[in-house]
Amino acid sequence: MSAMNKFRFEKREKQSALRTLIITAVSVLLALVCCGILIFSVGSKPLKVYETMLTQVFLSPTGIKNMLRSSLPLMFCGLGVALTFKMNLNNIGAEGQYAAGVIAGGAFVLFGPDIEGVPGMIITALCCFLGGAIWALICAIPKAYWGVNESITTLMMNYIALMILAYLCLGPWKMPRQNTGMTERIPRSMDIPEIMIGDIQISVGVFIGIIVAALIYCAYKYTTGGYQLTVISKSPKSAQYAGISIKKNILMVMSLSGGLAGLAGFMQYAGVAHRIVENMPNNAGYTAIVIAYLSRLNPFTVVVVSILFGGLQNSTAYVQSLGVPSQIATMMQGVIMIFVIAGDFFQRYRLVIAKEGKA
Amino acid sequence: MNLIVAILSGAVVYAVSVLYAGIGETFTERSGVMNLGVEGIMLMGAMSGCVTAFHTRNLALAMLIVILTGAVLGLIFAFLTVTLQSDQTVCGMAMLILGTGLSGFLGEDIASKPINLKFTKIPLPVLSEIPIIGDILFNQNLLVYIMYLLLPLATFYIYKTRWGLKLRALGENPAVLDAAGENVFAMRYGYIVFGTTMMAISGAFVSLAQTNVWQEGMTAGKGWIAFALVAFSSWNPATLALGALLFGFISNLGSNLQIYLPGVPTEIFSAMPYVATIVVLIISTGNFRKKHTAEPAALAKAYDRESR
Amino acid sequence: MKEPILEMRNITKKFGKVVANEDVNLTLNEGEIHALLGENGAGKSTLMNVLTGIYKPNSGAIYYKGNKVKIKSPRHAVDLGIGMVHQHFHLIPTLSAAENVFLYTPSCKRVLHKKEMEDAIENCSKEFHLDVDPSAKIWQMSVGEQQRVEIIKLLYRGADILILDEPSAVLTAQEAVEMFKNLRKMAESGKSVVVISHKMNEVMQFADRITVLKGGKVEDTMLAEEATVERLTKAVVGDREFVPQTNEGSAKKEQVVLEMKDVVVKNDKGLNALKNVSLNIHAGEIFGIAGVAGNGQKELAEVIAGLRKAEEGTIFLNGEDVTKLSVKERIRKKIAFIPEDRLTMGLVPGMTMDENRVLKQYNEQQFSKHGILKKKAISDAVDAEIERHEIKIVGKSAPVSLMSGGNQQKLIIAREISGEPTLLICAYPSRGLDMGAAEAVRQILLEQCKKGVAVLMISEELDELFQMSDRIGVLCDGEMMAILDSHETDYETVGRLMSGERYE
Repeated sequence: MSAMNKFRFEKREKQSALRTLIITAVSVLLALVCCGILIFSVGSKPLKVYETMLTQVFLSPTGIKNMLRSSLPLMFCGLGVALTFKMNLNNIGAEGQYAAGVIAGGAFVLFGPDIEGVPGMIITALCCFLGGAIWALICAIPKAYWGVNESITTLMMNYIALMILAYLCLGPWKMPRQNTGMTERIPRSMDIPEIMIGDIQISVGVFIGIIVAALIYCAYKYTTGGYQLTVISKSPKSAQYAGISIKKNILMVMSLSGGLAGLAGFMQYAGVAHRIVENMPNNAGYTAIVIAYLSRLNPFTVVVVSILFGGLQNSTAYVQSLGVPSQIATMMQGVIMIFVIAGDFFQRYRLVIAKEGKA
Repeated sequence: MNLIVAILSGAVVYAVSVLYAGIGETFTERSGVMNLGVEGIMLMGAMSGCVTAFHTRNLALAMLIVILTGAVLGLIFAFLTVTLQSDQTVCGMAMLILGTGLSGFLGEDIASKPINLKFTKIPLPVLSEIPIIGDILFNQNLLVYIMYLLLPLATFYIYKTRWGLKLRALGENPAVLDAAGENVFAMRYGYIVFGTTMMAISGAFVSLAQTNVWQEGMTAGKGWIAFALVAFSSWNPATLALGALLFGFISNLGSNLQIYLPGVPTEIFSAMPYVATIVVLIISTGNFRKKHTAEPAALAKAYDRESR
Repeated sequence: MKEPILEMRNITKKFGKVVANEDVNLTLNEGEIHALLGENGAGKSTLMNVLTGIYKPNSGAIYYKGNKVKIKSPRHAVDLGIGMVHQHFHLIPTLSAAENVFLYTPSCKRVLHKKEMEDAIENCSKEFHLDVDPSAKIWQMSVGEQQRVEIIKLLYRGADILILDEPSAVLTAQEAVEMFKNLRKMAESGKSVVVISHKMNEVMQFADRITVLKGGKVEDTMLAEEATVERLTKAVVGDREFVPQTNEGSAKKEQVVLEMKDVVVKNDKGLNALKNVSLNIHAGEIFGIAGVAGNGQKELAEVIAGLRKAEEGTIFLNGEDVTKLSVKERIRKKIAFIPEDRLTMGLVPGMTMDENRVLKQYNEQQFSKHGILKKKAISDAVDAEIERHEIKIVGKSAPVSLMSGGNQQKLIIAREISGEPTLLICAYPSRGLDMGAAEAVRQILLEQCKKGVAVLMISEELDELFQMSDRIGVLCDGEMMAILDSHETDYETVGRLMSGERYE
């Protein structure tokens, strides 16, 4: 027989965390090269752009403070989205659930009883959570009971929520004597506090995010609820066989996920913008999809990736002076996602060089 | 009377704007691949058409670039889903985000600038003279007329040709075709690229025929409406066209009634197509009782030869 | 003597270290029906996959119509005239019979003419006496009709050699006889037929020649008229001895545990899969369900377990109406269920033994408190069961999908009986298991029965049913044909009932 070498791919039996990390890192690096080419193609200097990003955003104290702030809504949307993805539910409605959360929270702050300070904060947060949860439930119910495709319904609900938000900000809720669509400032006593660690100012919201991530992690690992979700995600038929209600769990996970997206709205409202603006979610709900995927749905990784993506988003402002279009962040997210998906192939398969006849 | 003509001819334009993408997605899904990224690909088509038209002042060249853009995106998607067998849902979302971001990025230069070069209305001789119907159907732009030809062609292809037979089988059980010696992978590549090309044309229709300007995110969910209509139509182009017309009607009814109902917030009318999508989707795909669906059995499943 | 059309000489096929075929010689004559007999794993399918180009042999040669050929792919085999009907049909359910055939035909015209296509198939089906409605959709057809479409597909493509993999496995006895008659007619018209089978009586009755494979080698080749049950048995199973475990029956069988009254159940297609089925099972009794697969057994098991809704009729458990109860409530009422799909239903393939062990009991005090799982308690319970049932493990943190079928089955059974059930439903408990594991599984079922558990056992193997059951109910096309005392009936009666013949 011929001694020609033949390449083929073989399925890997085991996954290793280190390999995942290396492959992801290489994929992201290649994605950055690809983005560099695109940046070059619109007439900017990619290296200069990356350098500016690194020094101004990721390595300076102000940059880090802002990065952590911007990461807040991404983090909570990301945690929510990851929850549904884990159940094989394609909730791409975090954007709308975020907006619904903001609307519910805003309704309380602007028109509810005058409760301020920490109690006011907690009630507002609850309202945001409920708003997001209800918005998600509107799609979860048809999914659970009649099997209606949730990716389409959640997305349609995004447009509807954003339209309501825009209507309110430009109409009845608009701050007097203002031309842009925004509401009155939230009372200062309800701002999410920030603390100093070293010379870096960190929003308390980040710690709440970490706590939520830990809760999700533990729930999956140690509780019967998490156990049920794992069974459903791995084998729906076994779940039915064991009497685990898939409907109930779809409703639960979707509303939890929507609630977290609603909380993302709260974080932005009370922690960053301090008022409701017309296009408040600003694609956070879509970015969350990329974050959830890149994090392999692990809640702690979601927190870390959200922070990095918060920085990426902020860097837009810095690099615009270099003549780079403002959509650079979204563009980079898309490219990174494509490369990481492609890289995943090498996690599932390995390249084997086999001599023919010896197979 | 004028109002009705305005609503109906607007409905036709709206329908065509989602129909190119819808037909593309129909063929893609019939081949067993689900492309969730319609919206992103439409945006890329809308952007690439506008940028080329703006710089070259040549509409034909613009359409060529649109087609190429669609094809390149299709090749990326096909590589990920067919060759690498990645999860189609995830890949679809990646295309959505890539398309949204990249179109915004590359189109920023000309955003909101008037292009002043578009597909204008060409009244067809004789036909456009027919009262009412002539105005609604035959006083439209070139892309609408092409769609009139494309619809029967697509139906004929799927149901009456050898390739259509294979396409129908491909989405049901690719292993059968593989055993018969067909190249399943090449076929899927072909239909995916055809699909994304059509989606890109849909986008160009929005930016170069319906309006004449590029704006970030300007397709505003039309890709998703097209995606939803495909399931609603049971993967049948004729039903798809009816569904698209219905949507066009709802959408135009709102924007035309707006003038007569000044007190009502305009957002309510703009939100109507989205609400309608959800309602239609629940009615058409909800399995209130178990029934035989027309969904291709192998939809969204990667074909892996080894795991036959 | 007829001419040989095909010769396979010294075929050896290895998968890694496993030798699936070793030095196999097979000669097929023109116009004969040649049976390939052997147990599961004897190498029958591998040999035929070599012939149809799916596998390439490590050594050996194939001579077809006098010439040495190298078969490169299934497509190539078909082009040569060698076609195979697999156990899982290669048909598209949403297309018509004619469309399915033409999908397979390279000469198909660019533009389809429905009438022309259907006429062509009509003619072909008449020529070979294969009754098929060319315009009917595959999903509307019976399994037998689907099989005929598969055969027409090959004939229309011009096949000279037809290979059928276990063609009678999906058919009732009557349909099988009909099919073999058709095969005979084809052989008479000059086609050569290879039938893969593990049923001795069937090959003795219908084949011209029989080749027996055992452990990948040819054990014996004979003319059908020379074949005797003894000779075949010896060739197929060797000198292994069977130890029949007859259920001697426990003392009292008075208390009725399960009672079904006129139960009607629909299958996934919305057709009635069970038609007014009534039965009752006593404590300490094994009630066997016989029937060709797909005659309502799956639906019967699922309706009792609560996975499927009863359209009509009632189900009582210990006198209590449970018809409307959910799966969960029925599990609490101690209905245990060993399903036929081990890895898609009975176990979660990607989870560990521990995790699978508590699939139904994660909420019980023993294994969780305030919603927190007691991992230690679960692990201990599993360790105890590994020892008791001699389960061989691959590692406790490994997913159960890596375990062998027998050990998976033992794990499921251990879990199901740990809840001390009053009713145990088991579907095909020994399917796909090797002899040792199958015996162990049967032993556990008999133990349960002695403890007073009512057992409903679905099986397609009459041996197993007769050895184990007190009574046997026969299902055919969703109807309970008869309920017989297993000590007072015989294989033939049950076989006739399975094929739909009424009991007199």
